[in-house]
Amino acid sequence: MWELIQSNRRKSVLLLVMLATVLVGLGYFAGYFWNPRGGQLFGVLVALAIWAFMMLSAFGGGERILLATAGAREVKPEDAPQLYNILEEMKIASGISALPRLFIVDSAEPNAFAVGLKPDRSAVAVTTGLLARLNRDELQGVIGHEVAHINNRDTLFMTLAGVTVGAVVILADLFLRGLWFSSGRRRRSRDEGQLALIMLIVAIVLAILAPLLAQLIYFACSRKREYMADACSAQYTRYPEGLASALEKIASAPLRTREVNRVLAPMYIVNPLASRGRRVVGLFSTHPPVEERIRILRSMGGDTSLAGYEEAYRRLRKEPLVAAAMLQGVQPMEPRAPTTQAADERRQWRAARDLLHRVDGYRTIECGCGMRIKVPAGFSGRLNCPRCGRESAVG
Amino acid sequence: MGVVWVTLVVAAGVVVWLVAVYNGLVRSRNQVRNAWSQIDVQLKRRHDLIPNLVETAKGYMKHERETLEEITRARARAAEAGTVRERGAAESALSSALGRFFLVVENYPDLKANQNFLALQEELTSTENKVSFARQFYNDQVMKYNTRLQSFPTNMVAGTFGFKPEEFFEIETAGEREAPKVSFS
Repeated sequence: MWELIQSNRRKSVLLLVMLATVLVGLGYFAGYFWNPRGGQLFGVLVALAIWAFMMLSAFGGGERILLATAGAREVKPEDAPQLYNILEEMKIASGISALPRLFIVDSAEPNAFAVGLKPDRSAVAVTTGLLARLNRDELQGVIGHEVAHINNRDTLFMTLAGVTVGAVVILADLFLRGLWFSSGRRRRSRDEGQLALIMLIVAIVLAILAPLLAQLIYFACSRKREYMADACSAQYTRYPEGLASALEKIASAPLRTREVNRVLAPMYIVNPLASRGRRVVGLFSTHPPVEERIRILRSMGGDTSLAGYEEAYRRLRKEPLVAAAMLQGVQPMEPRAPTTQAADERRQWRAARDLLHRVDGYRTIECGCGMRIKVPAGFSGRLNCPRCGRESAVG
Repeated sequence: MGVVWVTLVVAAGVVVWLVAVYNGLVRSRNQVRNAWSQIDVQLKRRHDLIPNLVETAKGYMKHERETLEEITRARARAAEAGTVRERGAAESALSSALGRFFLVVENYPDLKANQNFLALQEELTSTENKVSFARQFYNDQVMKYNTRLQSFPTNMVAGTFGFKPEEFFEIETAGEREAPKVSFS
């Protein structure tokens, strides 16, 4: 696993350098256009300043911002013992240094995501819809996938890359707008005219292409990471069918939420914004098609190790996922037996909603007729029992 | 003059290499021990859960005294086991006793509806999983450490400083032995 992180890290650093080059290059040309004498340095400095500001806010609590954006509430171990058990199992299997914090999102759509710049400051969030639909093995597959993102430092990378892409977009936007407004006022000495014109064209082309380029780099990398996380999940749980059938359930659930944040979308286990049933992978998709992920997991056969996934991946996609050197010394792992527990959707919906209520600090009031009424935290006064009509005091 | 310098540089290089190899071995051995303590925590947790389980089940399962006693006995034996190998064998016996118990439980719907029992069952299932994942992780670490001990030239340093190979932890759980060879195709 360590070798995997190392190889990932090298690739990530290369990628971040590429993204940073795009950013600095854009700053340079924009600066040149703003003032051909010495403006380049200013442009680069502006680019770096935007980048540094965004980076600082990401490091100073980026995960809190992301979790808040998704409307995630923290869950305590005593509120969801099974979920915590599963998370702890995956922590042990992956060997990450600390248990991620656990959050729940009130959404009927089944989904999950992970955030965090390092394992001891990470968090996993699941939706109520996920808790309601999946059985224990499926839940384990999904949590395994999220813990793999943390362990492979994908969450760190996605934050860094996301921030850099964001800085490129902002800078390009600033430049193009500035160009629009300042075009009449600019002075230019005659001998620099031709060079300046060339530079101007380069700068405009770069400003238009840079955000696209940056996003392309980001997305291509994100897709590989999804496959990798699937492979790790299969290895941790030693039961690929769990994740496969979880993905199937997630993909077939009716699409209800449209309020998902675009920034967060690439982080979910299945992209909530992608239209369902579309088979082609666009250059701009952050996730590989779900059907393909399921097919790979199901064709792994009797070996749940990374080597088993790699073999299935190659068979289907006709290309390698990881370098052959990383598979050296990987022991084949037999799949474990499934836990015999079917998902009971009605019971689990109620449990998921109860969990949400507990997390939100609802109090339960027992009416004389046996009806249990849940009351929001801040409520006080009198209320009537919906079944027998008796009045009880709250507060 | 030149010879002295060359000798000094070579000697310094050897010392730096020795320190690096030694520290690497220590780190590797510590990883093995950390991994073992994780298994240990989970095995202890399982031992702690069992009296509670037996107590809860007793009231419902009048006719299964033998099954319950077997669990208690297996737990006692596992608690006494000394070496890694003995421990593995005793814990395997406990796992299979628990496996048989959970099969029998299917015949007692009242017990299966008991909230306390359900919570215990989830805890035991999870602990069982944790043991098996921790074991996987431990054996990986042992494999890495032992490979390191045996490969040249690290083996010379390891021999000099008395590093010994670690034992694998083998435990056969009921689930694993009966695991069907599934082929998803």
